[in-house]
Amino acid sequence: MLHTVNKSPFEKNSLETCLRLIDESSSILLIEDGVYGALKNTSVSDSVINAQKTTKIYVLGPDLKARGLDKSSLISNIEIIDYKGFVNLTIENEKIQNWL
Amino acid sequence: MLFGILVNEGPYQHQASDSAYLFAKAAIEEGHKIFRVFFYHDGVNNGTRLATPPQDDRHIPNRWSELAKEHEIDLVLCVAAAQRRGMVDPDEMKRNKKDADNIAEKFRISGLGQLIEAGVQAERLITFGD
Amino acid sequence: MEEELESGVVKKFLYINRRAPHGTVYAHEALEVVLIGAAFEQDVSLAFIDDGVFQLKKDQDTSEINTKNFSKIFSALEMYDVEKLYVEKESLESRGLTEDDLSVDVKVIDSSEMKKLITDSEVIFNF
Repeated sequence: MLHTVNKSPFEKNSLETCLRLIDESSSILLIEDGVYGALKNTSVSDSVINAQKTTKIYVLGPDLKARGLDKSSLISNIEIIDYKGFVNLTIENEKIQNWL
Repeated sequence: MLFGILVNEGPYQHQASDSAYLFAKAAIEEGHKIFRVFFYHDGVNNGTRLATPPQDDRHIPNRWSELAKEHEIDLVLCVAAAQRRGMVDPDEMKRNKKDADNIAEKFRISGLGQLIEAGVQAERLITFGD
Repeated sequence: MEEELESGVVKKFLYINRRAPHGTVYAHEALEVVLIGAAFEQDVSLAFIDDGVFQLKKDQDTSEINTKNFSKIFSALEMYDVEKLYVEKESLESRGLTEDDLSVDVKVIDSSEMKKLITDSEVIFNF
């Protein structure tokens, strides 16, 4: 299952709830303000790094770039994808859950 | 792959409509089809033809209309949400005795059943909202 | 696949409610989708997570804020054959609520059961 999160983890608990309720075969894509959840050295980095043990995490590149961020700002092993990659993730995963 | 898209936020206030548009465009470029884009909550405001954004900004309603024209996409505004928010098509104008309609090209107003149908018919349903 | 898309398809629909009522319209308009959707004879479940559990708080009275008290609709859902209401235990507890505070019969499940409910669903709505 593909889970998208579009909220900053510093504003709303969407990422936290997503991490609590995803099963192990899931992928997470951070979009819009959700991309802030991919940053390293934050108060949520540890829980994201912990989730990476079982869950592949992606971040939407155009949203990252728009916010003045790039790969160097991110937790390692988070993959940056474009909209084409976003579409492909929704195809590879049979179901989609959007945490708003 | 057949996609259904739900847009829950109005234009300009929130990124949801922009993200939905860019997703729809990328899906089409990848050879997929959009079964329907359903606009709910303030999302119905994406269907106004009276928006006049500054010249250097994107025209969100027109952009949807153009995409729908080029690729035969069904753009549906929820009737209950539209009525509450003053989105009116010619039929609704007559029925509710309004003095104008304001719906943009290629958008239509219909019931929530259209959203459920998109959930049943589309192979993937994706939501963009707040 | 084409065959299955013809009428008669029954999918597992899950409505995930994570917002408090009244402050925004989302909870109310989500319930309107549930009511319309009930006519489509799909397999429908409702999940209440995070602030969504506040939607089910009993004794809601909106008479002094002039909005519609849609919380009453929850007790009518049974008539629409919408009978599977799930509340996440962790969300309830962290908000100081117990099942006795709720206006309708629900099944309180823990996060691992909620995880399974989400995974087993086919079409998930979030508003």
